[in-house]
Amino acid sequence: MNNDMQLKSLIEMSATDVRKCMKCGKCSGRCPAFKEMDIKPHQFVTLLGQGKVEKLLASKAIWNCLSCLACVERCPRGVAPANVIEAVRTTVARMQGGDGITAEEIPAEVNEMIPQQLLVSAFRKYKK
Amino acid sequence: MHRIGVFVCHCGSNIAATVDVERVSNALAHEPGVVHSVNYQYMCSENGQQLIKNAIKEHNLSGIVVCSCSPRMHEATFRKTAEAAGLNPYMVEIANIREQCSWIHKDVEEATEKAIVLARTAVAKLTLNKPLVAGETGVTKRALVIGGGIAGIQAALDIADAGYEVDIVEKNPTIGGRMAQLDKTFPTLDCSACILTPKMVDCAQHEKINIYSYSEVDKVKGFVGNFKVTIKKKARYVDETKCTGCGVCMTNCPSKKGLNSFNMDLNTRPAIYIPFAQAIPNVAVIDPEQCIKLKSGKCGLCSMKCGANAIDYKQQDSFVEREYGAIVVATGFKPISLENFNEYGYADNKDVITSLELERLMNAAGPSKGTLVRPSDGEHPHVITFIQCVGSRDVSGCGKPYCSKICCMYTAKHAMLIREKYPDTQVNVFYIDVRTPGKNYDEFYRRAVEQYGVNYIKGMVGKVYNENGKLMVQGSNLIDNEQVTIASDLVVLATAIEPDPSVKDLATKLTISIDTNNFLTEAHAKLKPVECATAGVYLAGVCQGPKDIPETVAQASAAASKVIGLLAKDKLKGNPCVAHANEMTCTGCSQCAEVCPYGAITYENKEFRIGGGKTEKRRVASVNPAVCQGCGACTVTCPSGAMDLHGFSSAQILKEVEAICKR
Repeated sequence: MNNDMQLKSLIEMSATDVRKCMKCGKCSGRCPAFKEMDIKPHQFVTLLGQGKVEKLLASKAIWNCLSCLACVERCPRGVAPANVIEAVRTTVARMQGGDGITAEEIPAEVNEMIPQQLLVSAFRKYKK
Repeated sequence: MHRIGVFVCHCGSNIAATVDVERVSNALAHEPGVVHSVNYQYMCSENGQQLIKNAIKEHNLSGIVVCSCSPRMHEATFRKTAEAAGLNPYMVEIANIREQCSWIHKDVEEATEKAIVLARTAVAKLTLNKPLVAGETGVTKRALVIGGGIAGIQAALDIADAGYEVDIVEKNPTIGGRMAQLDKTFPTLDCSACILTPKMVDCAQHEKINIYSYSEVDKVKGFVGNFKVTIKKKARYVDETKCTGCGVCMTNCPSKKGLNSFNMDLNTRPAIYIPFAQAIPNVAVIDPEQCIKLKSGKCGLCSMKCGANAIDYKQQDSFVEREYGAIVVATGFKPISLENFNEYGYADNKDVITSLELERLMNAAGPSKGTLVRPSDGEHPHVITFIQCVGSRDVSGCGKPYCSKICCMYTAKHAMLIREKYPDTQVNVFYIDVRTPGKNYDEFYRRAVEQYGVNYIKGMVGKVYNENGKLMVQGSNLIDNEQVTIASDLVVLATAIEPDPSVKDLATKLTISIDTNNFLTEAHAKLKPVECATAGVYLAGVCQGPKDIPETVAQASAAASKVIGLLAKDKLKGNPCVAHANEMTCTGCSQCAEVCPYGAITYENKEFRIGGGKTEKRRVASVNPAVCQGCGACTVTCPSGAMDLHGFSSAQILKEVEAICKR
């Protein structure tokens, strides 16, 4: 996949409008994994907006993100930084071979209070 | 025989860039009834209007169609033009080929085709137009100002100074509004009370101003120049004419645990109270929810102690009906509720406060007599952290999508005042953007940074939590790409503001439009900023949009000047496009009267000849043209089609539909 296609795919998978971001930093202000991340939650949004695919795919932070979705919950503009991170994580997992996870491995709704994205991302990160 | 002239405007490139105006005027030249069709660069300009006048005379035109912008923009202009050339102004039709055509289409072919259809439609309607003559009504030379904050006070004083009577209706026991609660005002840092209270006193003493405090607008009837308003005076259980404001009742009241709303609930007040020392009127009021006497019948201490014999536990709500020529709405604002913002810990920590609460804490007349202390323990805070945009610029559904406009400046003010009075205090401000346009405003903010060393941090706060008695404020520092946590003693939330909730109900009563954020809508964002779509109603202050005191005062004076201009007239020209009933088909069913929002329809028993020398009496509707506003509600309700509107008759509308459908 070339850069443009990769970017298009990341935007599609993120399913969030990064142009709505007003650079307030509330996502990074709330993030519990902030200190461990080489690229911060607000930067994921900005980098996708700038089309910097290589930088995104090289990030280590995708493995530190807890998928707690606090950034999504707190964003005053309705942007979902965690979606961008998950899109990058999925893309990297696929590039490393296969999907990293098959549809059958994803459990049905365990508890309605637990976001499904958290389970999926946990599988991606910790599947051996 | 119709002799119609068609005038197609280019509106510079506004229309001409998307609509082939030449083709429109050529196409219309061949319409039946059209004898003259031209296009011109700016039809509303003096040259354009002259061109219309000349054509009316030269071609002896019986009516004109102007293809231009929305009729809301220039219908009145072209009606005047026609009138000046000897044509009845109601023989003018506007085809809106700008807002409804050129501005919303990209394809020239399609837009041109649509413009031709719109023009044809106007021509078709015009063939059924009849000359109309507007009636005249008188003007009641008195104005009503709803809301007694700085906006209402300024408007009332200006109108009264011009020599007209003004009534102020204020829902609280005193006038003064939000400004009375403030400590200092930016950008000059004058004491709010010092500049407001003299104006309040002026209102009270002005022979032309009458204040209805603790009152609300109950009903509104009538129309521009002739409003009939019922005012509800809520029972205050104190005779306003007797109370001297001495305050003996307050000191003797045994029920002292009511929350003091004037102090933003930061302390308590007795059940009988005067909101603050400079209240106008300086008259006590009893809170019936809190008064022991009113709740249980026992007590009556205030009545016993009152030297003026002013207490009246039996007082009831009363109603007065007054007539007005014009109305100013100045209902103001309140800070939003913070229930959607748990992350800032407002509900759980006494030391997380709103900016308006801080105003009261810093005010010499406030609960701490102006000494800045923590609400939790009365200690002096050493680290104070401000959080900007709490609930503002929020499209997530938790807050308000707009910028509240005043917060950047008042936080700079708070930060400066604190650093000035308590130099040992560290002051931090988390901000998204600092927005300080305005005369001497940016200089003011920079003074907070440069002269007072206030620590501005670019970034938003993610959470506030309590750790060993300290408020930990965790947020972004985007400039350094860091997450910071500041242990603070006091956290101040620059809370978004919203229109006072009473405005919603009032908008319905006054039939004025309101936007999705409950701000009242002005008639034109640029050219009619204080007028409403409803004639005779004007707007001032935050009820129309977020604004600070200087802007509010300017807008209030602007609204006052509009009111004065209206009240100066002895007669107002009415709108001749009003309803009328066809007595031959009216069945007297009363449905029209029920839907009429203006009370313009009455019924009479009339005698009609029914042939053979006999007569019969029938009940038929009759419209008072001076009261009817031409809304058309009756015409669509009438089951027998007897109601019709001059200038917008059913026949005219059907003719328009026909013209649109014709290919």
